[in-house]
Amino acid sequence: MNILEVKDLDMSYKTIDGEVEAVKKVTFSVKEGESFGIVGESGCGKTSVAMSLLQLQADNGKITNGEIIFDGKNIVGLSESELREVRWSGISIVFQGAMNSWNPVVKIGEQIREAMREHYPDKTKEENTKKIIELFDIVGLDSSIIDRFPHELSGGMKQRAVIALALSCDPKLIIADEPTTALDVVIQDQILKEIRKVQDVLGLSLIYISHDIAVIAEMTDNMAVMYAGSIVEMGKTEKVFSNPKHAYTRMLLESTPSIVGPKKKLRSLDGEPPSLINTDSYCLFSYRCPSPDDNCRNRNIAMELTKIDSEHYADKCCINCG
Amino acid sequence: MENILIQVKNLEKYFEISGGLFSRNKSIVKAVDGISFDIPFGSSLGLVGQSGCGKTTTARALSLLDPKTSGDINFYNSETQMMQSIDELEGEELKKFRRNIQMIFQDPYESLNPRWNIKDIILEPLNIHNIGDLKEREEAVYEILKTVGLTPPENYMPRYPHELSGGQRQRVSIARTLIMKPKFVVCDEPTSMLDVSIRISIMDLMLNLAKDLEVSYLYITHDLAVARYMCDRIAVMFNGKIVEIAETEELLNNPTHPYTKRLISSIPIPDPSYKRETYEINFQELDSLVAENTNSDEMIEVNPDHFVGTHDVKGLL
Repeated sequence: MNILEVKDLDMSYKTIDGEVEAVKKVTFSVKEGESFGIVGESGCGKTSVAMSLLQLQADNGKITNGEIIFDGKNIVGLSESELREVRWSGISIVFQGAMNSWNPVVKIGEQIREAMREHYPDKTKEENTKKIIELFDIVGLDSSIIDRFPHELSGGMKQRAVIALALSCDPKLIIADEPTTALDVVIQDQILKEIRKVQDVLGLSLIYISHDIAVIAEMTDNMAVMYAGSIVEMGKTEKVFSNPKHAYTRMLLESTPSIVGPKKKLRSLDGEPPSLINTDSYCLFSYRCPSPDDNCRNRNIAMELTKIDSEHYADKCCINCG
Repeated sequence: MENILIQVKNLEKYFEISGGLFSRNKSIVKAVDGISFDIPFGSSLGLVGQSGCGKTTTARALSLLDPKTSGDINFYNSETQMMQSIDELEGEELKKFRRNIQMIFQDPYESLNPRWNIKDIILEPLNIHNIGDLKEREEAVYEILKTVGLTPPENYMPRYPHELSGGQRQRVSIARTLIMKPKFVVCDEPTSMLDVSIRISIMDLMLNLAKDLEVSYLYITHDLAVARYMCDRIAVMFNGKIVEIAETEELLNNPTHPYTKRLISSIPIPDPSYKRETYEINFQELDSLVAENTNSDEMIEVNPDHFVGTHDVKGLL
């Protein structure tokens, strides 16, 4: 059963220079209890996808096409009050750098209760507090943290509390957008463990967004690689790693250093992602492709996934490049 | 003995912090607390550890940006062909010596003056040290831009930092550093702000330059995988002290200090079939290490050229 199905999602931002097509024809689905990874470099549209799912994109951003079917219901075009029902109690999000998003003058517990009051107006303060203590236990925080102010906590503790906050209204799906980027490796390891534990204990679905393919390798069952607003490869995480089809995926894998296995020469990919303003229908990877075909840039081949096997898809233009 | 370029002995850097605006109580933070290491010519030492462990303080003390509290920094003087303590240098001599040590900073968005064009940014160290005439200086800038891969240089010289991408800016930082022909470059997480695809090209550039120009690096990073790619040796720092130092592969394959073990086991592996397990600190192991501690300044050699610290860090882990 799919908890989330995204179909042909397009999202663009209006800017002075023109329309920036940040998300293009993105299609994927997340099963119940599954963790789905999205990986790509900055500006590839990872966060724009996450924001579109909750329709929290910036004011100049607009979903121009596509459907987001959450729990059997299309949530694109819902009114703000209908969306409030979905947000937090259906889908919740742990933002990038969320640990710095606490209000500095309100106690942690009160900030979580605030979200709970909105969704469960009938519950008493005591009931909410009890729930928070349970959640803190799951994410490895002491119950005394409830009465602490954000500045009294370390970065890792704040991030744990953010995860507790994201769990406070019993969501079915959590989006974690680079939840460990600002943290140390040791703390990152602990947070990753907590996220996995939370997923196991509560049976949640997870969308994990990161630029670090090592974290994606460890955290996800299925994954998508994004480049210039499109998904260029998608499938079971093991298959994508063991048999990368798209030139960009191969480059990502070959440019990541590891501390295990023989030390190998890493490959770099020069150039930068293309501008996403008024992109015609050509392979957007062609400028950085190691072996671009003459046809890639001239011919009209819009980026489109093709099936490799039942659990593995890749963009058709670059399957045999480099 | 190998040709040692820089030798650090019991380096200490303490900061005094006052308890409050009107408080007389002062306490001392021992940010760097007695660390020692050598860096041979053309070799790079990685300094890894979590934030707040004193990596950057070490970098700033070594590049003479901040005065050290105590300890010795000895540098190979190519004129006298002897090791010389930097404490002996003063005035003009010190200024001249500073050319040998340069630093590359973490954030290429903040370490370049936004109102200066690239040519002026790279020219500045030459102007300060009064090297050559204007024409020679401009030629040097042109050459160095070619070296760091910003070609054609005439296209980059009139541009401003905001017109460049993160990777290009970091290349400008490297150019500004190398134009002084330093022998020793302190790199403070120079690639942590860059995207994966660009990161490798900057790392490769630095490795090639090290080989071509015989530069030694102190490479600071929190990412052991990056340190493995860049460094001949790695020192693991914890709470102002070096807890373990060894040749890179030796350290990764035979970590001895419990903290090093935990650090290594915390690194995610880019392979879904690899089952990583986080090492939980074994306090008995730590106790037996501390028990061997006869002289707190000394590290014990567990394997050839593989040293482990025996400081009591039990309460901190």
